[in-house]
Amino acid sequence: MLMKLFTDFMGWIDKRLPVTDAWNKHLAQYPAPKNFNFWYFFGSLAMLVLVNQILTGIWLTMNYEPSGEGAFASIEYIMRDVDFGWLLRYMHSTGASAFFVVVYMHMMRGLMYGSYQKPRELLWIFGMLIFLVLMAEAFMGYLLPWGNMSYWGAQVIISLFGAVPIIGDDLTLWIRGDYVISGATLNRFFALHVIAMPLVLVILVFLHILALHEVGSNNPEGVDIKKPKGSVKPEELSKFTFHKQYSEKYDIVDAVPFHPYYSVKDIMGVAGFLFLFCWVMFFAPEGGGYFMEAPNFTPANGLKTPEHIAPVWYFGPFYTILRVVPDKLLGAVAMFGAIVMLFALPWFDRGTVKSVRYRSKLHLVNLIQFAICFVVLGALGTMPATPTANLIGVIASFGYFGFFIALWFYSKNENTKPVPDRIAD
Amino acid sequence: MSNVPVNNGRRRFLTAATAVVGGAGVVGAAVPFIASWNPSARAKAAGAPVEVNIGKIQPGQLIRAEWRGKPVYVVRRTEKTVSDLAKHDDQLRDPNSEKAQQPVYATNAYRSIKPEFLVALGVCTHLGCAPTHHGGDFDQFVEGVPNGFFCPCHGSKFDMAGRVFQGVPAPLNLVVPEHSFINDDTLLIGVAQGEA
Repeated sequence: MLMKLFTDFMGWIDKRLPVTDAWNKHLAQYPAPKNFNFWYFFGSLAMLVLVNQILTGIWLTMNYEPSGEGAFASIEYIMRDVDFGWLLRYMHSTGASAFFVVVYMHMMRGLMYGSYQKPRELLWIFGMLIFLVLMAEAFMGYLLPWGNMSYWGAQVIISLFGAVPIIGDDLTLWIRGDYVISGATLNRFFALHVIAMPLVLVILVFLHILALHEVGSNNPEGVDIKKPKGSVKPEELSKFTFHKQYSEKYDIVDAVPFHPYYSVKDIMGVAGFLFLFCWVMFFAPEGGGYFMEAPNFTPANGLKTPEHIAPVWYFGPFYTILRVVPDKLLGAVAMFGAIVMLFALPWFDRGTVKSVRYRSKLHLVNLIQFAICFVVLGALGTMPATPTANLIGVIASFGYFGFFIALWFYSKNENTKPVPDRIAD
Repeated sequence: MSNVPVNNGRRRFLTAATAVVGGAGVVGAAVPFIASWNPSARAKAAGAPVEVNIGKIQPGQLIRAEWRGKPVYVVRRTEKTVSDLAKHDDQLRDPNSEKAQQPVYATNAYRSIKPEFLVALGVCTHLGCAPTHHGGDFDQFVEGVPNGFFCPCHGSKFDMAGRVFQGVPAPLNLVVPEHSFINDDTLLIGVAQGEA
């Protein structure tokens, strides 16, 4: 009786909006390679964190006051007087760091298995745009508590735009809306942080997934599961039913429907992730001074720079690249260049073999040195600028950029292993 | 489509004309959105000149004033500090203050109106941090130079005339704001010498 009611209801809906069709196309009949491993948790985890940020963010705005006079006090108010305000705030602040952990892992996965290669270039670009917007979102969010590190961090980053020739000074003035960082800056950052950026972020995530489902998921083997129509013997076809959008155009092998196979697997990932997340949130919400920095527990003071200005850890790699260049304009160019390189990755890599499993030893070494350099740059970004740290930073910066340059050279005629036609059982 | 009686030339013209007019409209509509990010009238009004009492500053001492929300360093330099300024010219980026980081009347060896008083914005020309004044122990950063400013953010170094040393991220000398002396004990920041 109830079942029939539901079927009738869905029939009524489907005549007016293709809900069941969309469910099948993107979940219940979406062909996902059967060999996803640990690294494939991070896409769904990123979505989980996004939902967490939006939800807790909305709740925080209910008690936050976006003004130079009231911001710092309203955070204290949330922490002390609002029921569970501390939890909502720690969910949000821990979520910010978790977002970057998850996104960096997600990007590393893409690097390892060549998920940026043709035909997934646009998918990768949408991902990079998400990363860019995420950094802007995090940077603006960090100003909102109006602590002294908020203030001076924003001062440093906004001053970067002063490196633009000719219009630099006017540009920084325009961004700040005042001669110094002030309530005016705080207010516009608040507007962008809670409305503009999240809106863009959600749209980009939507496009990212749409683009993914158009070209199909890559996998650790880098072997395509969609074969030309008619090229596979009927008994070798996947036994599952896939949406006709995929099965009419291709012969699909070695695939399982995303739901329930990977929805269940991802729930496992969520459980593991939440263990770690909650541990940090309850026992170390300040992340040892890396998630929330000590000077941020004193209000913004335009006349007193903290002893040591360090960005939050997730900006570390790019900040170090900025810092090791002994020239203001070139430093800013190098920093933005580091991100441009990532955007252009699909064109730096001229190879056709996707997965690191079947690529040359050289590529493996290059990938490992890149990951090490990235971590080293990140660690240096949180430390004071000593001559030794600078030297290491220069070396690691060369490693970072060198990854792309070297890739461009060796990927054209790379000594790769033969790639299997199918994903082994 | 091909059978439909259409004047393609006219259609193209109308499409282009509509796009141009529409585009101009979009540009016009963008003006208030972009312009609203400029400093408001209130923010501009807050940039009024500031008076500072300098009568009680001891030789070698630095005091901070606030002007337009920025820290202004006022230092009473000792005679030795002033005469030492010329000794490390070869280690500086712009020893003769050729870049316009100071008013014309402060474009001299001391970057000041009176050799005794340095008036400079405490805003590093790299990325805007406030450099720390090191009186007596600056030689840990630059050998043989006992006094100077060190920026804790990215290690930029400035001498006691706010001139930047070579090999640091800051590209320019510290800014000397418009200033003037009302009398021997009172400094006015924000108004040029001779205009007060």
